[in-house]
Amino acid sequence: MLARDPVASTVFEVDRLTLDYPSAKGPVRAVEDVSFEVAGGERLVLLGPSGCGKSSILKAVAGFLKPASGAIRMHGQPVRGPGPDRIVVFQEFDQLLPWKTVRQNVEFPLRLAGRLSRAEVRERADSALRKVGLARVLDSFPHTLSGGMKQRAAIARALVTDADVLLMDEPFAALDAMTRSQLQRDLLELAEEIGFTLLFVTHSIEEAILIGTRLHLLSPHPGRTITSLSTAEFGYADLGSRRLETLSREVHDILFSRQPAQEEALHG
Amino acid sequence: MAEVSGRILQAAAPERSTWIDWLRGSALVRKVLVLVLLAAVWEAAARFSAQPILFPSFLETARAFIEALLKENLLSASWTSLSVLIKGYVIAIAGAFVFVSLAMASRFVRELLQTLISMFNPLPAIALLPVAMLWFGLGETSLLVVLVHAVLWPFALATLSGFDGVPETQRLVGRNYGLRGPAYVVRILIPAALPSILYGMKIAWAFAWRTLIAAELVFGVSSSNGGLGWFIFRNRNELFTDKVFAGLAMVIIIGLVVEGILFRIVETVTVRRWGMQR
Repeated sequence: MLARDPVASTVFEVDRLTLDYPSAKGPVRAVEDVSFEVAGGERLVLLGPSGCGKSSILKAVAGFLKPASGAIRMHGQPVRGPGPDRIVVFQEFDQLLPWKTVRQNVEFPLRLAGRLSRAEVRERADSALRKVGLARVLDSFPHTLSGGMKQRAAIARALVTDADVLLMDEPFAALDAMTRSQLQRDLLELAEEIGFTLLFVTHSIEEAILIGTRLHLLSPHPGRTITSLSTAEFGYADLGSRRLETLSREVHDILFSRQPAQEEALHG
Repeated sequence: MAEVSGRILQAAAPERSTWIDWLRGSALVRKVLVLVLLAAVWEAAARFSAQPILFPSFLETARAFIEALLKENLLSASWTSLSVLIKGYVIAIAGAFVFVSLAMASRFVRELLQTLISMFNPLPAIALLPVAMLWFGLGETSLLVVLVHAVLWPFALATLSGFDGVPETQRLVGRNYGLRGPAYVVRILIPAALPSILYGMKIAWAFAWRTLIAAELVFGVSSSNGGLGWFIFRNRNELFTDKVFAGLAMVIIIGLVVEGILFRIVETVTVRRWGMQR
């Protein structure tokens, strides 16, 4: 189950990461001793119940949180802070800057990078927006868009950059069920077409299996690794299949049914 | 019965009823109506009291206003006041931006700024005028000192709370793209806090305008050409009460134009257009 393509090189690794949150009663441990590697083109999903620190891990990879111990390395170099080589797509709808049109929002990271001419920036932004199906609202301001369209625009904004890895922090969690499944399908199509490297955080088991090529399961309080398993063979066509249901059940049992009493009963 | 005839009327003359609806719905029409009403009350009260030296009527004031505009220096006096005001306003706003930006970067500067705001914001700017005159003499510098004081603290307070209120996600987006220092302030914090910044600018404008007219009344003439406050003061000494009223009307008109038209336009093309303010 853990076999990986040996040719693909490691894009980034999280090495024995421990994260603390400051609180009134001193630091609270959010994540303890979590390690994983992500290879180029791989889609790793951090999955676990709330309180397992999955978002904190993503924030640490993005460079917003400093590890209490352990390290995060991009191409072997330790992460020292946020940077445009790791573009984040957030859950919140207000991640689009309200004073810029959809197109200006998508152009923004490219403009800041300053490597491309105006025409090239526009061309890339428009093509990314076409890919996510927003060609008709290029010059609209974000407040006129629906939640689903805002998240599409945020994904387009991540796609235009030359980021080594895209970090998505429950990007579909605030959407209604129909929009969510549509966006999952579109994201999967884009991932297969473009082949970007992705770190995806979710608490939905089904979403994790569909989106990811590999799942990294975490237990709560503090977040610790339970196990890691490959789901590369599952695609959108498997939705509703017995195979996917069985795996979902298995993952659910791993995440939630590990009370010591039950384990003893099993071993006894 | 009335209901029935109302319905028939509506059916018979739909155009007329939409026209009336438009009149009723138009904010401009409502405002003009209020102003006309106030002018009428004023006119009636002045005629009733019949003491034009103490209380000139609306029409007398309007006549004096036009006369002062055409034949006297009301226009140039207004410009003198406005140019000093704009100078002080721009200096204070620019200074406040630098100060508040530094406060975002350093806890010490933030503490300093907050302390200064809570000390100086309640202090009426005009109360500084005697000290300013002592230090800088009778001149534009003293006026500018007082104006900067009137604008700096309320504007800094509004901007600081605006910066603090920028959504966490938008801050993270900016940092994600590697923005730091002044670029972060200019490209993320200022546009994201624009509703508060514009609010602060409006408040500061009102404070500055009030302070300047009051200072000119105390001060009189600062150069060869006095400002609006001086115009009012001089005409009061000569008991041209209608011209005093004309000067006061000018103060009100300029205030209304800046607040109701200039700031309105800026808001319409920015924060309202962006859906950041309704």
